[in-house]
Amino acid sequence: MTEAIVSLKGVTKSYTRGKQSVEVLQSLDLDIASGDFLALMGPSGSGKTTLLNLIGGLDTPSGGELRVGDARLDQMSSSQLTKWRANHVGFVFQFYNLLPVLSAERNVELPLLLTSLSAAERMKRVRIALGVVGLAERAKHKPGELSGGQAQRVAIARAIVADPTLLVCDEPTGDLDRKTADEILGLLQILNREHGKTIIMVTHDPKAAEFATHTLHLDKGRLVEAVALS
Amino acid sequence: MKYLPLIWAALWRRKPRTIFTMLSIVVAFLLYALLSAVNAAFNAGVEIAGADRLITTGRYSLTQVLPFGHLQQVRSVPGVTSVAGQSWFGGYYQKESNFFPQFPTQIEPYLEMYPEIVLPEEQKQAMLNTRTGAIVAKTLADRYGFKVGDRVPIIAGIWPLADGSNNWEFDLVGIFDTKNPKERSMYEMLLFHHEYFDEARQFGKGTIGWIVIKTEDPDRNEEIVEAVDDLFANSPNETRTETERAFNQSFVKQMGDIGLIMSSIIGAVFFTLLFLTGNTMMQSVRERIPELAVLKTLGYSDVGVLALVLAESLALCVLAALVGIGLAGLLLPGIAAKLPGFSGLALKPEAFAGALGIAVLLALIVGLPPALRAMRLKIVDALAAH
Repeated sequence: MTEAIVSLKGVTKSYTRGKQSVEVLQSLDLDIASGDFLALMGPSGSGKTTLLNLIGGLDTPSGGELRVGDARLDQMSSSQLTKWRANHVGFVFQFYNLLPVLSAERNVELPLLLTSLSAAERMKRVRIALGVVGLAERAKHKPGELSGGQAQRVAIARAIVADPTLLVCDEPTGDLDRKTADEILGLLQILNREHGKTIIMVTHDPKAAEFATHTLHLDKGRLVEAVALS
Repeated sequence: MKYLPLIWAALWRRKPRTIFTMLSIVVAFLLYALLSAVNAAFNAGVEIAGADRLITTGRYSLTQVLPFGHLQQVRSVPGVTSVAGQSWFGGYYQKESNFFPQFPTQIEPYLEMYPEIVLPEEQKQAMLNTRTGAIVAKTLADRYGFKVGDRVPIIAGIWPLADGSNNWEFDLVGIFDTKNPKERSMYEMLLFHHEYFDEARQFGKGTIGWIVIKTEDPDRNEEIVEAVDDLFANSPNETRTETERAFNQSFVKQMGDIGLIMSSIIGAVFFTLLFLTGNTMMQSVRERIPELAVLKTLGYSDVGVLALVLAESLALCVLAALVGIGLAGLLLPGIAAKLPGFSGLALKPEAFAGALGIAVLLALIVGLPPALRAMRLKIVDALAAH
């Protein structure tokens, strides 16, 4: 059995809306193996993105134990989580979330600005990341000059440039047509299979989930089904 | 430095807005620099005033003339080494825009009291020997093309000749300079003999405008001031004596408190600028909430994001301020050339430092609220809302 890179034990997450407390995740137990490509599915409001945010260190659980690698995220302060995210996680969003004023290469460079790497070393890594996603020749273009698929590739390059162990993707193909979506999913598959990245992807799209190695279904904050795909 | 492209790109996110905001700041700092230079020029006389020189005027106003006989009485006061009477002539050369100060005075004691004025000995002698002679500052000679030997016509603004004509003529016998070139603007004037002035003018004969006194020791100034004013106490022509520095200060204040006027204008301009620039920064951050949330997602700390927004505000304000000050630096020589008495109009280092200080303060004031907002934003909420 491969070692779990993500481990949740009795994790709950609740929000307060007015005087009412809404429990979005209810005592969740989950282990995600290192090198896994996991698709999280479920209806809207089922808690998929909340779970992804917790695993990505963007939010903290209300209760339970959340471990990613050696880190206990549930015990970390906000500033500790910030540092941890910079070193261990890459994020891919549905709407790419690139900075429109920066070129593709400057966008990809953003996580590296937080490191002590020299400008030359940063650019070298940026070129490698853009090469991995097949966009080396579009390095100088701004997001507005790229297609949706190209912009998402830049976002993926930004996610992998600091060589994180974990990629969290929130509906990465939600804004793309089928063909482009398949290309992006194929790219994620390559990152998973050839580069050993553990990927957790939230999706509504069953076809997208087919690219993953496992699928988990969430409903009303609980895991309802786990499917292992070949 | 590595964050510079990020800050620079964010600054120019909306070019027209940034350009118009920058233009407002440029104009504000241009105004600040010009007014600072004017204020400094007005106060230059105060700075260079001689510690051993006193000025005696009419007790109630500078326009109140004094009997010429006062001069002799003042000279007899113990501790007074030299005196010269002076009057305001108020004429102009050829056209009114060619105005510069002219003073009838006793040339020999006057030059002795103002050793900062440098006049070649032979020209000084020529002046002393020429009843209708005049000496003029080098800056004025350069501006109007005066040469020794010229006959310079001056149209009187106050004092007509005995025949009713306003057309005075002087024989230019000397051109003087100052020891310190920086003091040239304070001595942009034409000097001529009081005796000629008194004989030729239509009215006011036997009077002078004020008296310049040289004391043997500045430490005795207080005692001499009292002694001079006591001489004329309860007479029809009471006097008011003060140090040259105090006189120059009150002279500047007669035109208005230049410093206060400048501060008021600058204050109003910068108060308006606060809202304008503040609004720009708030808008800029408001529309970038998702982008700032992404930076935080990537691992930029709360303080790091705050610093980025503040740096953007600093770049906007300081850059625009430098452009404004630079423009003032380019314009001031041209303005100085057009304004008599302001040839030394220039931006002083302290005004430059003050402008930079204001720019930084402005940047912090307008940048802090949006920077704090950026710092406090929660990633999950910010991403969910956009």
